[in-house]
Amino acid sequence: MGEAQKTVARETLIGKRIPKMDAPEKASGRTRYLHDIDLPGQLHAKILRSTQVHALIKSIDTGAAKRLPGVHAVITAADVPWQRPIGVAKDHLPLKTGRVRSLRDEVAAVAADSVEIAAAALALIRVEYEPLPPLTDPVEALQPGAPLIHPEPHGGDGGPQLKPGGPVAYTGKPDNVAMTFEYAQGDVAQGERESDAVVEDVFRLHYVTHCCMGVSGVIAEFDASGNLLLHSNTQVPFLHKREFAEMLGIDPGRVRIIQPPIGGGFGSKLDIYPFEPIAIFLARATGRPVKLVYTREEEFEASPTRQPVLLKLRSGCTRDGALTFRAVETLHDNGAYTSWGATTPFVMMQTVSSLYRVPHCKYRTRAVYTNNPYAGSFRGYGNLQATFAVEAHMDRLADAIGMDPLEFRLKNAQQPGEVTPQGMHFGTCGFKECLSTAAARSAYQRKRLEHASRQGDASPLKRGVGIASMLHVGGGAKIYPSDGCGTILKIDDFAHVTLITGASEIGQGSETVLAQLVCEELGLPLSSVTVVNNDTDITPWDVGVHASRTTFIAGNSAIGAAKKAKDKILAAAAAKSGRASGDLQLSGGFVVTPEGEKLFELGKFLRSLHFSDKADLVMTTFYYEPPSHHQDREFKGDVSAAYAWASQVAEVEVDTRTGIVKLLSITAAHDVGRVLNRLGIEGQIEGGVVMGQGYALTENLIVEGGAVKNPSFRDYKLVTAPEIPEMDISFIETMDGEGPQGAKGVGEAPAICVAAAVANAIHNATGVRITSLPFTPERVYRALRGKLEAPVWNVPA
Amino acid sequence: MSAKVEIDFTLNGVREQRAVAADMSALAMLRDVVGLTGTKYGCGEGECGACTIRVDGVTLNACLMFAVDCDGREVTTIEGLAATPPGEKLRASFVEHGAVQCGFCTPGLVMQASHLIEKNPGAGEEEIRRGIEGNLCRCTGYRKIIEAIAGAK
Ligand code: FES
Ligand code: FES
Repeated sequence: MGEAQKTVARETLIGKRIPKMDAPEKASGRTRYLHDIDLPGQLHAKILRSTQVHALIKSIDTGAAKRLPGVHAVITAADVPWQRPIGVAKDHLPLKTGRVRSLRDEVAAVAADSVEIAAAALALIRVEYEPLPPLTDPVEALQPGAPLIHPEPHGGDGGPQLKPGGPVAYTGKPDNVAMTFEYAQGDVAQGERESDAVVEDVFRLHYVTHCCMGVSGVIAEFDASGNLLLHSNTQVPFLHKREFAEMLGIDPGRVRIIQPPIGGGFGSKLDIYPFEPIAIFLARATGRPVKLVYTREEEFEASPTRQPVLLKLRSGCTRDGALTFRAVETLHDNGAYTSWGATTPFVMMQTVSSLYRVPHCKYRTRAVYTNNPYAGSFRGYGNLQATFAVEAHMDRLADAIGMDPLEFRLKNAQQPGEVTPQGMHFGTCGFKECLSTAAARSAYQRKRLEHASRQGDASPLKRGVGIASMLHVGGGAKIYPSDGCGTILKIDDFAHVTLITGASEIGQGSETVLAQLVCEELGLPLSSVTVVNNDTDITPWDVGVHASRTTFIAGNSAIGAAKKAKDKILAAAAAKSGRASGDLQLSGGFVVTPEGEKLFELGKFLRSLHFSDKADLVMTTFYYEPPSHHQDREFKGDVSAAYAWASQVAEVEVDTRTGIVKLLSITAAHDVGRVLNRLGIEGQIEGGVVMGQGYALTENLIVEGGAVKNPSFRDYKLVTAPEIPEMDISFIETMDGEGPQGAKGVGEAPAICVAAAVANAIHNATGVRITSLPFTPERVYRALRGKLEAPVWNVPA
Repeated sequence: MSAKVEIDFTLNGVREQRAVAADMSALAMLRDVVGLTGTKYGCGEGECGACTIRVDGVTLNACLMFAVDCDGREVTTIEGLAATPPGEKLRASFVEHGAVQCGFCTPGLVMQASHLIEKNPGAGEEEIRRGIEGNLCRCTGYRKIIEAIAGAK
């Protein structure tokens, strides 16, 4: 090997198994989460929630609570006439006036010396309600004469008023339709005429919830000048900073958000929830830091859910296996208020229109108000629901025309270079490789035939395989005006790098992957980087952790800043050594020549810059905005700079005597662009698969008459260690031209198609298709005996 | 707000005397009275394992145990375990195997693992899986936790 080649082959960190930088602290119990932080003088807050599903508030008596020793403040809406509606549609006042619309509704709040005193004070608050007819069925919400959930402008709906002429309140709605989404491409009637096979089903997707192991919480504090400091687990600190400032009528510069390490996010912390403004109100009222932390029961009852969906799908194809059309209508139960769950159609329609090539497509969603809990964003963002339906129909259509389901999928799968009618540009697209890899590694085709042929056997244990695929944004998502992220990078006199990034760490390992990308540019070991990512007074702007965007967006941003630093160092080294800067490299902590000769030790060289005549400290900034576009009014546009693909094959065993479905294995193939940190990405995929398993098989938030019936881990069943499947994971590396070192986002992808694959596997095992989730023993048992009521579409037009 | 009871016990090898409310949980005592926050609250009703501690060598859910019942016993928390060679070995293995994501479940799992390994040094994959059945993790899918425990034996 020649000398020159030696330097080209300098050691790379990319693709290696890099342990998370924060793991040693976490594994020794030293990491201080929000729950572990107590500020001097801190008070503890608790919230009084409605006891009624739907009612008018006639009166609230806080007198006795206020007199309890140790109570510092008791507040209701009347005490904060300046409060503003929060949430995606700004239809939600933190403290309710006049009307309660769900059991989780916040009616009053207390700040006291201890949690126990706060709880005792809650018990002393007397609220008089006048019950209203509850509306807990979204189908009913559209019927003429249904009770209205938001008839009046908030603040004007009886009870305590917002200040006359004060800030805007929600204007109210004459019907229960919170949001509608309509999308169309081509002409589905023509598509239907051209079809040889047409299938239609109604699917019902249930409530599940995030179950972050760390419960929700916040600490709010004002300084003597009225500046707000929040310790918060938000996933979008810069957006919240602005919103809190608006609410308080202060300049956003006076709001500082510190993000302590977080006990799980998964999308749950993308919106502002009432408990956050309430803690702020209490901090303002008392002049003390106020800490508010949920109990687990409260977490189940008063945090967002995944969007429950009723979905009607009609699809067709020709006899030679070309998809012709797809028509989708969905009814989203919005709950009482609008959070991100209502907007999941943005993602759902992409799967409907663009996972496979479909010339004619129609999509419609109505999200309707009810008195149920409301849905937020949750890893996958509507894609689990849409994929469940679409992939069921890929199997059903293949079956209808007698084609192998894998072949049918391959025939309709997207390819690199495709621009879909919805305007998505697929630069890199490893979809077909994902399909063939997952199928080959699981022996899908052989097993499918074998299992199907044994359906009639005497054995009560049936096996089945099912395949499903997914498409998700993998290069950010242009939802907000900017989808960018800033980086500040400084290298000190000892060649130690401080990487200051807007991107939040939520356990997914962004800190480590960003450090890794910077080290790769600067030729330094991982130990020479400190990442600062949790304080809005220090970090540059970032839109937040969502849409699987952090590695891609913050990664490109970090690389940009590191490249600038490298250029600066190499230019100085070139000047000093009399060589061309293009000839020099950074490697192993040295400035080296192409021949591998070490010219300068980096720390020493940086010191010499610092202490030279015109001192120069190496500091750079970079802002990265991905080359993506907002959708137009018709929901068309290339919203992401790259797209992620995956196929998964599930193998199950169904015990036909009990209805118990055992997930034996998941064979997954993911187009991730490129593997950056192998350990990290495996962890994301394994964790996502098991979350998808829970969605498919065990998790079910039971909501009846507006009440959560199982608010505990005893009755809400998360997957445990003995139940996890064998996981075989393949990475399809398509080297995305826009991605950091070729990588694409992967955070949400692995959870998306598990349930769809399991549904197809159960069908392969038993010949029975179940169109509602979850596949609990009871549901499967009934379905196998023809006793399960299939969901019906009885939604008014 | 109930009457205080004097207790005398060993915490991570150090003798402690504390006055605690009769209805206080061991979890609340550790976190709020002693100030050791490595033991986590995940559910408060024995369903998640985030609060796992060892009492006289056996693992327990601190949320289900009264603080007063620590009297006369030897209590080990993650902070104590982390300072011992088996704790260091487990930590290294959890780190190296990628068994930590948000990390909120991790102290409880490390505690449970230490007990498991001590009791059954030859534990195979199935036994490890069953041994951590009571510990919930929402992030990792357990695969890497199982590998970490197997790798720390
Ligand atoms: S907090 Fe003790 S088991 Fe969950
Ligand atoms: S690492 Fe987050 S709950 Fe286990």
